Amino acid sequence: MCLGVPGQVVAIDDAKTARGVVDVGGVRRVANLACVLEGDDPQALVGAWVLIHVGFAMSRIDAEEAARTLDLIKQLGELDDAP
Amino acid sequence: MKYVSEFRDPPAARRLVATIESLMSRRPKTLQGAPLKIMEVCGGHTHAIFKFGLETLLPETIELVHGPGCPVCVLPVGRVDDAISIATSEGVIFCTYGDALRVPGSRTSLAGAKAEGADVRTVYSPTDALALARANPSRRVVFFGLGFETTAPSTALTLLQAEREGVSNFFVFSNHVTIIPALRALLDAEDLQVDGFIGPGHVSMVIGVEPYHFIAEHYRRPFVVSGFEPLDVLQSIAMVVAQHVEGRAVVENQYSRLVSTQGNSAAQTAIHEVFKPRAHFEWRGLGSIAESGLELQPRFARFDAEQAFRVPALSVADPKACQCGEVLKGQLRPYECKVFGTACTPETPIGSCMVSSEGACAAYYSYGRLTSLRRASGLKVHP
Repeated sequence: MCLGVPGQVVAIDDAKTARGVVDVGGVRRVANLACVLEGDDPQALVGAWVLIHVGFAMSRIDAEEAARTLDLIKQLGELDDAP
Repeated sequence: MKYVSEFRDPPAARRLVATIESLMSRRPKTLQGAPLKIMEVCGGHTHAIFKFGLETLLPETIELVHGPGCPVCVLPVGRVDDAISIATSEGVIFCTYGDALRVPGSRTSLAGAKAEGADVRTVYSPTDALALARANPSRRVVFFGLGFETTAPSTALTLLQAEREGVSNFFVFSNHVTIIPALRALLDAEDLQVDGFIGPGHVSMVIGVEPYHFIAEHYRRPFVVSGFEPLDVLQSIAMVVAQHVEGRAVVENQYSRLVSTQGNSAAQTAIHEVFKPRAHFEWRGLGSIAESGLELQPRFARFDAEQAFRVPALSVADPKACQCGEVLKGQLRPYECKVFGTACTPETPIGSCMVSSEGACAAYYSYGRLTSLRRASGLKVHP
């Protein structure tokens, strides 16, 4: 129940209750998007990556930050590889 | 899978391990060879560490201590008895996450009660429980609210929806807990020997990183909020070790792709609207901790299972043979427990650390690293 899974919002099911359809590793499931709305239009969420916990999206995944973390790990390795 | 597989890259993991080794070699001479104890607070991290065998990659001097951040593991016997009492009440459909089904109460578990005829259903989400309430207006549907700040918003939003829809046969038995009072209680314990922390990524996604500052400032321990993939955990360990070597203690955020400084304000608002701190809440193995549990606000009293049902609310001592408390405080490794793997197994658990897939004991048991660990520690192998 504590495990979060990343998924991509593919459609908005019911804009009033912020219910959407999220693609999680190829499986489509319904999720509540109320906690990741920014502004009033749930449609703007289509295409966004989110983390799903017990049927609720609890955070958006920040693509730039993900890339930065991976870059940092790569740089650490390069420093260590240096003679 | 995007945002998963790239954080499982083996060559990058090896580079991180090399970085950790080189950082450890920079410890002062007096500390070389002494163990550096790092507690991963969250059961999700414990699970990842064993699933991916991360502990075996690390220098021997790094000792990972498995903390109390598994909400199922800290559920005391008395609350399980209360849940069973509600579940066996007339006309009730009792909904629970699968993790809690086999947690032993003083006589039986929810799974046992189900076998004896109680209508206990496993749900994936609190919204499933609300849907059951709508579909069964003549029954009383109770949701077993479990978890830290990660799942509390989901329960809160479901209650808000039930209120909006005027659903009158839906109830919540709240056992939600909060992480900060638990960490404070741990840090105040005299017997806690932990040099730094790997912080819970998904709790932090909701509460942000600011609430942890007292740990660095007052208790002088490095605290790194971490993701759950192997590279996340290894990088976070490297960050804790770097702080230790440099004599620093600050809060850092390794999981910046999901965790912001302020956390999720919509989720926080939902928690505060629906819940308030209880004066005290009992934790298995840790005892009573002030303001560490969440109960429903008076506005939601009609949804509160503790008010709608006659709940025994007895404090029941943990089974004598069970050493979950010592395991949760990091004083005992799971395999050092007297009943580990013999009387207590995932099939017939005595303590809840063996039940939940995120419990330290279940992680040790499932991923079979016992023999080598026992050999390394010179312990006798149980029959």
